[in-house]
Amino acid sequence: MAGYSGFRVLTEGLRGNTGWKPAWRKATPKPAYDVIVVGGGGHGLATAFYLASVHGIANVAVLERGLIGQGNTGRNTTIVRSNYLLPENNNFYEHSLKLWEGLEQSLNYNVMMSQRGVINLFHSDAQKHAALRRGNSMRLNGIDAEILDPAGVKAMCPIIDVDNGRYPVLGGLLQRRGGTARHDAVAWGFAHAADARGVDIIEQCEVTGMIVEGGAIRGVRTTRGEIRAPKVGLAVAGSTSTLTAMAGFDVPIETHLLQAFVSEGLKPLIDCVVTFGAGHFYVSQSDKGGLVYGGGLDGYPSYGQRGTLPTAEHVYAAGISMIPALGRLRGLRSWAGVMDMTPDGSHYICKTPVHGLYMTAGWCYGGFKATPGSGWCHAWTIAKDEPHRLNAAHTLDRFREGRMLDERGNGPYFWAH
Amino acid sequence: MLRITCPHCGARDELEFSYRGDATVTRPGPDADAGAFHDYLYLRRNPRGWQVEWWQHNGGCRAFLKVLRHTVTHEVRAVAAATETLEVPGA
Repeated sequence: MAGYSGFRVLTEGLRGNTGWKPAWRKATPKPAYDVIVVGGGGHGLATAFYLASVHGIANVAVLERGLIGQGNTGRNTTIVRSNYLLPENNNFYEHSLKLWEGLEQSLNYNVMMSQRGVINLFHSDAQKHAALRRGNSMRLNGIDAEILDPAGVKAMCPIIDVDNGRYPVLGGLLQRRGGTARHDAVAWGFAHAADARGVDIIEQCEVTGMIVEGGAIRGVRTTRGEIRAPKVGLAVAGSTSTLTAMAGFDVPIETHLLQAFVSEGLKPLIDCVVTFGAGHFYVSQSDKGGLVYGGGLDGYPSYGQRGTLPTAEHVYAAGISMIPALGRLRGLRSWAGVMDMTPDGSHYICKTPVHGLYMTAGWCYGGFKATPGSGWCHAWTIAKDEPHRLNAAHTLDRFREGRMLDERGNGPYFWAH
Repeated sequence: MLRITCPHCGARDELEFSYRGDATVTRPGPDADAGAFHDYLYLRRNPRGWQVEWWQHNGGCRAFLKVLRHTVTHEVRAVAAATETLEVPGA
């Protein structure tokens, strides 16, 4: 398959763009593979890509229930960052961010990675201390972090109402290397690069059962027949519980809704990512000009992929508190994704009680930024049958062993993280 | 928008209520081992379909209620006091 380049854009333009081929093949399932990855979102495709490119395992099938890019990969707000408190999390996310920084070269695909900076605002002394602590934890682990004073926030993002009477902005925690990437292109890029290395991407192939014999996985039953493999990786955030139930075990996950919104197109207004500290709201501006924003969970379990209005109202109210000018803005679209919420707000990349069955799951609402790191660690865990040190703490057993990874100290409530 | 009919207060908007978790897990007795408490606190069926849940009417009578709700359609089919039992259809 020919690569993408600026030169090729030029020559194809001169030839009427007749030479472009689909970015990946429409594969039909073979009876058996070395590894099956269930889920053709970013995480599943990344798993397949790193299995092929790092571990030399290319006899891999990626099974996708719908079409590539239709699930949570196409339903997020495209933010990339590694500004976490706990070393187990910030080291993992930093590895992921470093993969993002070289992703376009690795994939030969423009994912429109834009390191425009991520600011978390704080509005009280307590929040300021929490931000300092998080920033210090990041710097101790070699991650860039800066504390901005109100004038620094105003200089970087003038549209923010720093002197807000109710929620004055005392400053912000800035990660300059954070930013956004084009979510669809991430799925397409990983699909393109995995396919080029021999991975079969099989769309419209829903897994309906797991073949488990003697405590070990042997393959999966699908709407397109039975497919065998000695190793199966699950990358199906939102539906993880449904698939693990087929394999005979429950997991510490509840599926919740998260909404996101995009406004009408505007001239450049916000050139970084900003999160509000006094309510659930965060915003960035897409390259098309629409503001992309969201808030917190709707608050109760759902697989419905559609949110309800009280949460939408809260998001708009919080947004107008932070940037009063948004009151004149018209919303264009809103959508909801289904989140694997875990009892401590951190994820799982691990082995499971079924031998040969692995999972990357429990991404809460932070899965997009993790896409390359999740795939990289999941591929390592599958290939070596043991976790990499970056995901050694992210097991299903951590609650049993008393080592929760609770970033915010919210306790064992799935909907509180 | 959900409408939940509180057995004490009548039909009210979801804004008056808070979801408080899966109502099908039962706290183990004081003599149970750590594994039973782990399962109670952390493991969930997380069904795609009907689920019996705890909701608190914290904008009204403040009682904890059991609610039978569908996790795909969001339909609320039954609401009962905490001491009552709600059957999951087809279970």
